Amino acid sequence: MPQMNIIQSVNSALDIILEKDSKVCIFGEDVGYFGGVFRCTDGLQAKYGKHRVFDSPLSEGGIVSTAIGMGINGLRPVAEIQFSDYIFPAFDQLTNELAKLRYRSGGEYWAPVTVRTPCGGGIRGGHYHSQSPEAYFTHTPGLKVVMPSNPYDTKGLLISAIEDDDPVIFFEPKRLYNGPFDGDHKKAALKWDTHPKGEVPEDYYSIPLGEAAIERAGSQVTVLTYGTMVHVAREAADSSGIDAEVIDLRSLVPLDMDTIEASVQKTGRCVIVHEAPKTSGFGGELSAQVQESCFYHLEAPIVRVTGWDTPFPHSLEWHYFPSQERVIEAMKKVVED
Amino acid sequence: MSKKKTLHVPDAPFRPGDKPNFKDLNLPKAGEAEKPDISVDPSEIRDLAFSLVRVLDDKHKAVGPWNPKLKPSVLKEGLRHMTLLRIFDDRMLTMQRQGKLSFYMKSLGEEAVAIAQGMALRPDDILFPSYRQPGLQFVRGRDLVDMICHCITNSKDNVKGRQMPVHYSWKEGNLVSISSPVGTQFPQAVGCAMASAYKGEDNVTISWLGDGTAAEGDFHYAVNFASVYKAPVILNVVNNQWAISTHKNFSSGDATFASRGIAYDLPSIRVDGNDFLALYSVTSWAAERARKGEGATFIEVFTYRAEAHSTSDDPTRYRPKDEWKSWPLGDPLERLKNHLIDLGEWSKTEQKKLEKELDDLVIKSYKEAEKHGTLNDGPWASEETLFEDVYKKPPRHLRKQRQELGI
Repeated sequence: MPQMNIIQSVNSALDIILEKDSKVCIFGEDVGYFGGVFRCTDGLQAKYGKHRVFDSPLSEGGIVSTAIGMGINGLRPVAEIQFSDYIFPAFDQLTNELAKLRYRSGGEYWAPVTVRTPCGGGIRGGHYHSQSPEAYFTHTPGLKVVMPSNPYDTKGLLISAIEDDDPVIFFEPKRLYNGPFDGDHKKAALKWDTHPKGEVPEDYYSIPLGEAAIERAGSQVTVLTYGTMVHVAREAADSSGIDAEVIDLRSLVPLDMDTIEASVQKTGRCVIVHEAPKTSGFGGELSAQVQESCFYHLEAPIVRVTGWDTPFPHSLEWHYFPSQERVIEAMKKVVED
Repeated sequence: MSKKKTLHVPDAPFRPGDKPNFKDLNLPKAGEAEKPDISVDPSEIRDLAFSLVRVLDDKHKAVGPWNPKLKPSVLKEGLRHMTLLRIFDDRMLTMQRQGKLSFYMKSLGEEAVAIAQGMALRPDDILFPSYRQPGLQFVRGRDLVDMICHCITNSKDNVKGRQMPVHYSWKEGNLVSISSPVGTQFPQAVGCAMASAYKGEDNVTISWLGDGTAAEGDFHYAVNFASVYKAPVILNVVNNQWAISTHKNFSSGDATFASRGIAYDLPSIRVDGNDFLALYSVTSWAAERARKGEGATFIEVFTYRAEAHSTSDDPTRYRPKDEWKSWPLGDPLERLKNHLIDLGEWSKTEQKKLEKELDDLVIKSYKEAEKHGTLNDGPWASEETLFEDVYKKPPRHLRKQRQELGI
């Protein structure tokens, strides 16, 4: 089986879906001739034609709103927002329009739009190239929200997202594009070429939205996480000697509460890890749901490890980015409590 | 045979391997455009949105009604700033390649924009630049060491290491903090100008965005508000042909950017962005209008982005390698220099001497800046600054998080 990084697995998913469904078109800033600033759409315009993979004006609101119109008229557009930090000019179209179209029309209209957008930090991008804005969208009924953590899941989930008749915001943690990252920035950068989840079939496959994956089975504490933090949490578990069960949520909406409940009921302890700031972050929702469904199984208060409630800094990036040490400390706290 | 019907998608005129040819631009000659009175009715000068204000001709002479007739000392000052900007950019790029800056963006080919327009303004006029007008700081005398400390993100970076390089902020120079999301500054500049009018002050506000960004909603908010409230603002679209890989054809079709201002009832002028004198003159005209209560001016600065968008970009993938060499409006620095030589006020020897002097200054400033720390080894802004300036005073939850981090 070929090894792919996440850029290649995105490209492979898009390639397959363009081939399979003539109603799929891909557009966004720099995605056409150039193939995207991260090269995710490299070669697709040459292969499928200018009207299927094309550049757009620099207009995030324009990209999402026209994608909605295309979706209403039978296409299945895949729009790219170059960095998720730049998604906000499209916020009204995403949250008031795309999310509510099916509901407000009594089910008569909908737009099967997928918005792909790189997110997250760890690349020295400062606050405008590092944010994790997923919680704005999980808070909006009508949108599905996905964030994979490896090449295999990326391809399978992206194909499902595009084939889904509901709109999906598909976050791609850009620090993971070229290799897994466990939070230790002093270590030499790793690649996906030896990682088991870097093995990606060339052909079509899909992974259903709303199914979490158990990244590491364990008995002492459940760690709920997604995106880049999956790798940080896994390494923290492996190196700490704490037998943690690390769950990669993969999809935030819909959320796989069955897997979460089964794990927390088994371990009785829960740590939640994400890069985004703490206040009103998705971790707050997870904590509330775990408490609602597992209260009598919990042996200790749930602890969140998140980005601080500050903008994402540039020079102090590694003081902000949740570290293995902070995850270990949190796991110890809930295990010993 | 009829063409297969499908969606039209534009393209750039030239791609890698093509030989660029800009004959179709049909550029007017220097000196041709008329110069109206500042109180002109915008409807009477619509031609200026389709023409091109040019002062420096092909023989290095300053011609026509827009000639600002500047003293040689002013021209030399402009040349000095432009030369410094080019040298500064080259040095910073070298340092970025050595891993000493996380990122950089050059102004190559567009040096005249910030320098000439900045020089045409008063120090109390307020600047809302994009990331491609760092030259404004040279005009207003910013210490090079301070600029470099920001670019290498050390302990003396006045924005406390929070932004990527070239995202300057400089309150003392009335240069408002630069943001990465493109175009956001444009309508803010209009609001800033509205406040000056509200307070009865006669300073003006100026802002710039690129051809690509003119597709953002913020662009339209700005020109509409500027027109409605006759705000004392100068709004510039720097049409440098490229927004990363996106050609200006994805923003404008065949219309000029300047022509958009007509629909908003703003005096709208297209100017040669590689012509120091034309830029100076048009900006002075716009500033005078704004100061006298005549309202906003809309300017298309017609130029070419000679460098990559940033150090993260590789333009050889999407445009001919030497496209800039074919650009019919030349190199702004060379054009000003040749004009001064033609006036008998400058020589190639003096230019060489100036370049050496400025290169030494940049190297000396860089060394001085490194005394305050480096990107990779610090010292950076202290750890507690992570929690400062989120609010005026840190609320309880931030104080608690600061304790969690152990600082």
